[in-house]
Amino acid sequence: MARKLLLEHINVPDIHTFDVYRQKGGYRAVEKALKTLTPDEVVEEVKKSGLRGRGGAGFPTGMKWSFLAKPEGVARYLVCNADESEPGTFKDRYLMTHIPHALIEGMIVSSFALGAHTSYIYVRGEMMPQIRILEKAIAEAKNAGFLGKNILGTGYDLELYVQPGGGAYICGEETALLESLEGKRGNPRIKPPFPAIAGLYGCPTVVNNVESIAATVPIINDGGDEYAKIGIGRSTGTKLISASGNLVRPGVYEIELGLPVEEFIYSDEWCGGIANGKRLKATVAGGSSVPVLPANLTLKLANGDPRLMSYESLSEGGFATGTMMGSGGFIAFDEDQCIVRNTWNFSRFYHHESCGQCSPCREGTGWMEKVLHRLEYGHGKMSDIDLLVDVSKKIEGNTICPLGDAAAWPVASAIRHFRDEFEWHVKEPVKSLNTNYGLANYAEPIAKAVSTEN
Amino acid sequence: MSDKVKVTIDGITVEVAPGTTILNAARQIGGDIVPPAMCYYSKLEGSGGKCRTCIVKVSKGSEKDPRPMPKLVASCRTTVMDGMEVQNITSPEVIEARSGVVEMLLINHPLDCPVCDQAGECDLQNLGYEHGLQKTRYEFERRTFERIDIGDKIQLHMNRCILCYRCVFTADQITNKRVHGILNRGDHSEISTYIQTAVDNDFSGNVIDVCPVGALTDKTFRFKNRVWFTKPIDAHRDCPTCSGKVTLWYKGEDVLRVTARKDIYGEVEEFICNTCRFDKKKTADWTIEHPTQISDTSVIASNHYDTLKPLPVIQDNARLQEANRVELEKTTKF
Amino acid sequence: MLKVEEQQPVQFSAALIEKAEEIVKRYPEGKQKSALLPILHEVQAELGWLSPNAMDKIAEFLSIEPIEVYEVASFYSMYFLKPQGKYVLEVCRTGPCCLVGAEKLMDHLEKSLGVKENEVTSDGLFSWRGVECLAACGYGPVLQIGPEYTFYENLNEQKVDDLIQDLRKK
Repeated sequence: MARKLLLEHINVPDIHTFDVYRQKGGYRAVEKALKTLTPDEVVEEVKKSGLRGRGGAGFPTGMKWSFLAKPEGVARYLVCNADESEPGTFKDRYLMTHIPHALIEGMIVSSFALGAHTSYIYVRGEMMPQIRILEKAIAEAKNAGFLGKNILGTGYDLELYVQPGGGAYICGEETALLESLEGKRGNPRIKPPFPAIAGLYGCPTVVNNVESIAATVPIINDGGDEYAKIGIGRSTGTKLISASGNLVRPGVYEIELGLPVEEFIYSDEWCGGIANGKRLKATVAGGSSVPVLPANLTLKLANGDPRLMSYESLSEGGFATGTMMGSGGFIAFDEDQCIVRNTWNFSRFYHHESCGQCSPCREGTGWMEKVLHRLEYGHGKMSDIDLLVDVSKKIEGNTICPLGDAAAWPVASAIRHFRDEFEWHVKEPVKSLNTNYGLANYAEPIAKAVSTEN
Repeated sequence: MSDKVKVTIDGITVEVAPGTTILNAARQIGGDIVPPAMCYYSKLEGSGGKCRTCIVKVSKGSEKDPRPMPKLVASCRTTVMDGMEVQNITSPEVIEARSGVVEMLLINHPLDCPVCDQAGECDLQNLGYEHGLQKTRYEFERRTFERIDIGDKIQLHMNRCILCYRCVFTADQITNKRVHGILNRGDHSEISTYIQTAVDNDFSGNVIDVCPVGALTDKTFRFKNRVWFTKPIDAHRDCPTCSGKVTLWYKGEDVLRVTARKDIYGEVEEFICNTCRFDKKKTADWTIEHPTQISDTSVIASNHYDTLKPLPVIQDNARLQEANRVELEKTTKF
Repeated sequence: MLKVEEQQPVQFSAALIEKAEEIVKRYPEGKQKSALLPILHEVQAELGWLSPNAMDKIAEFLSIEPIEVYEVASFYSMYFLKPQGKYVLEVCRTGPCCLVGAEKLMDHLEKSLGVKENEVTSDGLFSWRGVECLAACGYGPVLQIGPEYTFYENLNEQKVDDLIQDLRKK
């Protein structure tokens, strides 16, 4: 069995309560950090751990923390990004539902490290049940002296609040989240300044994903060096993977980074293979924003070596033959799924979720959705395919925030790898309404190393 | 440390105060290398960054860190660093990306310039002329909204709006109460008051001047005339509310409209009050100064200050006269 | 744009005002606008939707302009600016849920309830709509029902019919 750091006690009855969580060794990290370490030493441990942001960008957490400005007499904030909305990703919901104290413990340790005395957990509004769970857990922790004034007699004060969102994917972007937390529309801010200098209420702020914050607990308990021993290369530690789509056992799994993708999909310890005895056609390995890959490139790199579940291996080959770890939202498509339809579906999502602030994203996402809708419903033209590629290029890199890129990549990658299926939709408009293109050659072994230019 | 930083834009070096944006550094140089700006407005705090037309390439970050910036940046919101090198019109990548932005701005625009009061002084029209495609590639129904009056003097044509947010910043920063804003999100976003209410305060008319397109227009000037048939004259009056420095737009003896004075980048020099703008339309209300300086490239300049004559350089050169024969014949007809 | 005469006067309960006052205390002095999103949720839970008058009252409570409330309420997808059915069934319509039958489920819902997306049944009990990813992709198809956003997972047509029956009996 693989090592579990976050979900070790997930199946213990009543682990969501303070008492059971504490019995299982919970809040040791708070005791250790507050009583035996300085804030800088906590930051140092997180740096040593090599932990990379689990929300999608993969930026080293310790380094992000070290950028935080510390002007005299100005409040600093830690805000937890629990606005989990990336299609394919549901690990944070799982963690908050079943083991909320892991997040709260991580919030206390992290707030202490950053010198924050008020911290917020921004949870997407749709997760009202999880908001209630967290509010209850915070009350329990406060009751036990782990929150509030003079925590454990160390003189450290911390208030922790849960903030509901209002329904907007864009608030997962950290500056949009801060705007939303200030009671405004979730328009991403124009950077610089970065939140580390001017974040919430103009004060220095760190925004971290739920899983990143929860990971600081085992890092403090066992030490950053121990954590860094798990995983492979610069992908240290464990990662929660949300597995969905046509799998025998979809769900949330904690893996040690470096697990072969093939093992993750087919082993009985993990997803157990493709549901209903079907074959794998394609995957989206890191949430809807990352490039879609055909089955053969999912399992193997272009040179034929096995692809691993790690930041580096998933992005091996660049966008020509690789993808990204993203938020760890792993979606599997079986042979009956239609890539054109799914690309249209994702495109509708980004169109719906664009904040509308900058012109390429506001106008381009809707344009792509309309063209994809036309292709899916049998009214497409051959020239639509290149038009989509061109529009996606005009959005990519030219927007205020990464939502533009996130909207462009799935479209560009679907056409890159599945152009024949798009063409078939144009050539067979009637047939494509009732049947699917099927597996084609996507699951065949890789015949030749695919060109890496793009 | 010197109190100026050096930045090179399209090969032209200028020294500017630290904290200056690339766009404002370019404006200090002037001419063709100045990026176009549809949403940035130097008099409105927080404006800029949204329309993406002013994007440029930073090919060298600074003397200290010469690495280029990985993406094109909005020049209106990017601060220059000492030794920075920027490419605007010398970068094909920038020109291509900018034409992409212009295409995006136009796909849902009604292109109703023939019936739009802004035509002739419209930033989007200029931008489309310079960077737009001849034909649209967008084959879907354009987004439409109802035309509404916000107050009795201002009309909102949301169809034409490019969501620059300038009018929102204006209401926030120079009026005492903002009643209009951006509603909804994505491509459903619209400028609105939500509930039917008038935008009513002494400075509300300035939203007309800051609007880069014909989304907010002056109802007292509606369909009165095309701007290129009117003559702008600078004038002032002793106004208790504002500076009273304006431009009067004449047709014959009549003042058809009053606007704030604008600089070469289309920004007002000083905001004016509604009384000056809407209620003082007699020459007797004003002290006339002189004809307004209008850029040579503007269609407004092409009509009125000089009778149409061939340029001196053409008059002196027989080969040019021959090459421009058709145009010269036209001018002699006038 | 709404006509002023369409507005109905509103009253907030004492419990709601108390809750709103508690929420405001979570933020530093002068940053009470931060309470806007949570208070909008509370008001919608009590009144079922956010009428202009309700939003004006919130603006007054938070000492901000009404337009600031309209801007925010219209930006986020969870806030209803029109009256809804007592139960709003919100089905996830994004990729992973569609791989396991969300679209068929929405067709079924339309037939079972006899109303199109965003319409209210004649008895005022139900409306339904497709919403974007609810972050439960491994348990799809899923739907949620406010104001507490109770969650229903691994749905099929039978389970949805049973759910509708249960809600009717309530």
